[in-house]
Amino acid sequence: MAEIKKATGLIDWLDQRLAVNKFIKVMMTEYWIPKNINFLWAMGVVLMVLFMILIVSGIFLLMYYKPDIKLAFDSVNYTIMQEVEYGWLWRHIHGVSASVIFLVIYIHMFTGIYYGSYKKGREIIWLTGMALFGMFSAEAFSGYMLPWGQMSYWAAQVITNLFGGIPFIGESLVIWIRGDFLVADATLTRFFMLHVLLLPLVILLLIAVHFYSLRIPHVNNQEAEELDFDVEAKKYLDGKKVESKVVPFWPVFLSKDFFVVGVALTIFFYLVCFHFNFAMDPINFEPANNMKTPAHIYPEWYFLWSYEVLRGFFFDIGGIAAMDIGLAAFGFANVIFMVFPFLDRNTDNVAPAHKRPAFFVWFWLLLIDMIVLTVYGKLPPTGANAWVGFGATIVFITLFIVLPIITKMEAKCNNGGCK
Amino acid sequence: MAVETSRRDFIGMAFGGFAAAGGVIALGAMKKTWDPLPSVQSAGFITVDLSPMKEGEVQTIQWRGKPIFILKKSADMPKNEKRDIIAGGSSYAVMIGLCTHLGCIPTWTPTTKQFKCACHGGEFDASGVNTFGPPPRPMDIPPFKIDGAKLVLGEEGPEYKKLVAKKA
Repeated sequence: MAEIKKATGLIDWLDQRLAVNKFIKVMMTEYWIPKNINFLWAMGVVLMVLFMILIVSGIFLLMYYKPDIKLAFDSVNYTIMQEVEYGWLWRHIHGVSASVIFLVIYIHMFTGIYYGSYKKGREIIWLTGMALFGMFSAEAFSGYMLPWGQMSYWAAQVITNLFGGIPFIGESLVIWIRGDFLVADATLTRFFMLHVLLLPLVILLLIAVHFYSLRIPHVNNQEAEELDFDVEAKKYLDGKKVESKVVPFWPVFLSKDFFVVGVALTIFFYLVCFHFNFAMDPINFEPANNMKTPAHIYPEWYFLWSYEVLRGFFFDIGGIAAMDIGLAAFGFANVIFMVFPFLDRNTDNVAPAHKRPAFFVWFWLLLIDMIVLTVYGKLPPTGANAWVGFGATIVFITLFIVLPIITKMEAKCNNGGCK
Repeated sequence: MAVETSRRDFIGMAFGGFAAAGGVIALGAMKKTWDPLPSVQSAGFITVDLSPMKEGEVQTIQWRGKPIFILKKSADMPKNEKRDIIAGGSSYAVMIGLCTHLGCIPTWTPTTKQFKCACHGGEFDASGVNTFGPPPRPMDIPPFKIDGAKLVLGEEGPEYKKLVAKKA
């Protein structure tokens, strides 16, 4: 046991018992971040702030929400929105941040893809990040069910029905997930549990692993320059701060992040105060009714691209039903990003996309295609719209099929193997 | 030394084995906790008495949260031996009242003897067969059993199995 002496002050008293000085060094003041980065590197901290906002607003909503099909709708739309002081504000904050967090997740993801921050030792960062995306999607879906409006109900009906497409066990799996033959009280209460307890716990755990997995390979930089962090850190600590290529996480890197967080939160609270309606679908202000389907059912904007992939195949091909091809394509779209580091066959090249011509074109095609899918996912799938959706779906799948080929060719060229 | 190691291996494996078995049993319990409750499951079977129905009358009941149309066919309605249910000497058309296009609920139009869907204009005849518009197939027939003049929904009786066999 360490020798405990009379403390010189509170910090010293804590340091003798918890090694706080060492802890702060390891986690903050001697955690080194490259200088050569831009504002896109601040998205992780923005996400962390948004997640905290979701937790805090969620705690206040949880005090009045009732997970029972007879009470849920009124507990949200009457009690929280009209009776509780600032209840409307918590709800709008919760709804808007749930939507905005997906925008930032997508920016964070595409930054990683553009700068090659998913490979050469950073695979686990990508994998835990995609697992977080999956968990946040489940959070969004389960949370959307809670107000028990028409859109809550029919989204739940349609999404749980997707599991019915799994061969053999599909039909009984759907009933098992719902706890009833249809989306009912049992479904609401169990998804409430997932939303407020199990999924947030998993998310917190995944965030811890995500941060830790960043620690060993370190943060990437704009030019993918290989830094010797020990050497650069020594320069910084010796006072050669200009010459050193790194800065400490705290206070230098975070002070820049706080600026980006400040800008992001300004936009965020502008949306919360003046444009909260985009996160509040009018159809959901009608109580759930299992005997009446709304004329158009569509997901929130952040799921539209994969929803469009699901319905992109609107005709049977070679005797296989359109619905089954759609389901297979939807499954493909949801797992393909997970294996991204293993599809890029030019594993040693971590250069940004603008230094990899073929990959650069591929990147922007993917981004444009996903925007097209998102736009057409909201439009009714009739006439020409259906064909645009079909084309964009084919492009999406093709892009991921050619990715290993173009990166393999690129790897050959880098080694002087191409003419 | 060797004896000591194998003793420890054995203890380790026995401990791990016990923990794994306990884990599997616990998972089984968790799966069952998620199962539909007995009250929910029994509500999945309902009995309808068909004898008070008049000819040409349509009644809509709820079964497993879905609307079920029951139509007692009158003499002027064409019979459909692949879909009709005979109970107590009369023919009935029984179907899940959801349009096979996108799941809207069609309404019965007595004048034309059709089920019409307001969402996208689909039409079905008195037997529930799609006759116009986007619906890809006739309305589904729920599993049923005939018990005299009573219809039990949710159970697969011999008459239901015969209808399914005819369809295939």
